[in-house]
Formats: sequence, structure tokens, C-alpha cells
Amino acid sequence: MPHIALPEGLPGIRGAMAFRPETARPLNELVEVLLFGPHTLTQGERELIATYVSYLNDCHFCQSIHGAIAAAHLDGDEDLVKRVKSDFQRAAISDRLKALLVIAGKVQRGGKNVTAADAEHARSLGATDVEIHDTVLIAAAFCMYNRYVDGLGTIQPQDEAMYRERGKVVARHGYVEGSKDYLPAEAAAR
Amino acid sequence: MPHIALPEGLPGISAGFAFRPETAKPMRDLAHILLHEPNSLTPGERELIATYVSSQNDCFFCQASHGAAAACHVGSSEIVQQVKTDFESAPITPKLKALLAIAGKVQQDGKRVSAADIGEAKAHGATDIEIHDTVLIAAAFCMYNRYVDGLGTWQPRDEPMYVEMGKHLADQGYQQSSR
Repeated sequence: MPHIALPEGLPGIRGAMAFRPETARPLNELVEVLLFGPHTLTQGERELIATYVSYLNDCHFCQSIHGAIAAAHLDGDEDLVKRVKSDFQRAAISDRLKALLVIAGKVQRGGKNVTAADAEHARSLGATDVEIHDTVLIAAAFCMYNRYVDGLGTIQPQDEAMYRERGKVVARHGYVEGSKDYLPAEAAAR
Repeated sequence: MPHIALPEGLPGISAGFAFRPETAKPMRDLAHILLHEPNSLTPGERELIATYVSSQNDCFFCQASHGAAAACHVGSSEIVQQVKTDFESAPITPKLKALLAIAGKVQQDGKRVSAADIGEAKAHGATDIEIHDTVLIAAAFCMYNRYVDGLGTWQPRDEPMYVEMGKHLADQGYQQSSR
């Protein structure tokens, strides 16, 4: 049971966002820019970073939904998502993405763990400064979203089919558009 | 030195914001709603929560700037120091102490917040929105702190600068740049 009276029937962050639409708007706008908007990193790559950090933070809802969104972007390759979570160095992803996941993992433990050598290594594999910036911010932002979802004691169903279906919707329409399903119209509008 | 080519001369999060205005906008809006807009918790109480979490995360820039904003609102930098080192003995309300206990648990991991923590806050008069906002302020500062430290931003040891910044934040909030 959630720690406060969240609207029923909305799992994870959606219940929290419907409870407080004022904060839901910037929370959705931030994740929209970071994970869905135009970028030199693909949507799949950015969702993998979000999924990996949510896995390290042990947030069931966030790693399930972002894992499902990542898979939807990656032709349904759920095995790749699992591999990135358990051992990304041996996953079939680019060396550049591996270097960015190293940085994300360090941010998850604490920003000061990131070294100049980590950033230099990512750059030597072709990462741009914007990509490094966004990797740091995706990792930092999921340290927020994960704590928000767990800290309110939200409902986090064990229902893979639910995450798979919702993942397809978000992969297709994004976060701001997707929020119209559960927020009052004026709060979801940009 | 920052890990990426951030604009020079801007301290802490201001450099990250100037480097990437697209993400700065929602991050500023979120802080403005959580810390500055009307709320049944005073701006001083909310800045104290932000300062405490930033102190637990050992982020120099964030605890100095939000500590200065908090000091401006509550009229004492001593109370800010006490909240950081031992909030249980600080001259603040039992309700704020219960909310700081929740914020401290969120800082470690959201799953540490227990029904008993919530019961304690409610027993001292905390509303559901106040508990929600406390959880989200603590979670958001786990983001801001990691962002500021993870980019290796410039965090000057310059107390008068933070005092000025604190006045600006306390007065204007977060939607516009303070520099």
C-alpha cells in the first residue's frame, strides 16, 4: 500500500504524478528531452542507460518499464536489455555505449566517482560532450525517479505483459503525450 | 576542471544549465515549484530539506547555495548548520524533524521509508502533500547533487558569493538565472 493516498489503479510513477500534476509536468518534460527527443544517442541507447541505473537502484517499476521501452526501440530484443543489466561489458552494444554506462554507474553511486579519465575514455570512443552531459543527467535523474517511486511506496505490479504493452505505447508516443492518459488535460499540455 | 567543455565563469549547476538549456528549463521549473511556490511548508522549511539532503550527499555547491537560501528565509545561518549536523537537536518543529527523517531515508534509498516514518510525520500534523513533496525534494536533490558533482563543475570556496546567491534564490526562486 502506498504511504499516502495516491489515486488507485495507476502503477508506479503514474499514481504519484496524478496525485501532484504540478510537479508531474516538469518531471515528464525532463524525461522527454533526455530519453525521447532528437539526439545523437538513439532512443534505445538512452533507455538502456535509464534501465541500467534503475536496476542498480533496485527499483522494480522503473527498470521494468524502461526495460520494456528499450526493448520496444530495439526490435523487441529483451535479451539484450537483460544482458545490459547483468553484465553490460559483454553485451552486444557499442564500445561508446559501454563507456557511457561506466559513467552512469559511477553517477549512480555518487557524482564525485566520475573521473576525467572516464570522460576521456568515452570521448576517445567517439562520445561528444553533449552525450556525456546527457549520460550524467540521465543517471542523476533516475536516481530521482527511482527514489520518488520507491519512497512513496507506489504500487509496482509483477506483470510483465503490462510493462511490455505500456512500453510500446511510450516508445511510440513519448512521455509528454503518454501522460495525457493519466493527467488532467491542462497539466499534460506543454 | 569540468569533465566536459562547460561555459567558463559559471559556478556549479549554472554551468550545466547554460550548457544545455533544453534540460535546464524543466529542472528549474521543478525546483521552483518544490522550493519557491506557495505551499503549506514554508520556503525556509523546504530549503532546509534540500540543504540537508545535499549535505548528506556531500555536494558542496548545493549545500552552500541552498543553505544560504534557507538562512535567508529563516533568518539564521546557525539553524542551517544545526540541521545539517544534528537536526534532532535543532530549534525546528517536530513535524519538520519527522519530514527530515523521511528525506534522509529517501537519500539512502526510497525503499527505506517505512509506514512508521509516515505515521510519525502524520502524528505531528504533516499532510499527504507535504509528505509527497518531502519525498520528491529529497529525490530531486539526489539528482541535482549528482549532476553538479558528476560533471565536475567549478564549486568555488567563496562564502560571500553563496550569500548573494541565497538572497537571489530566496527572493526570486529558480526560474531565472541568478547570474
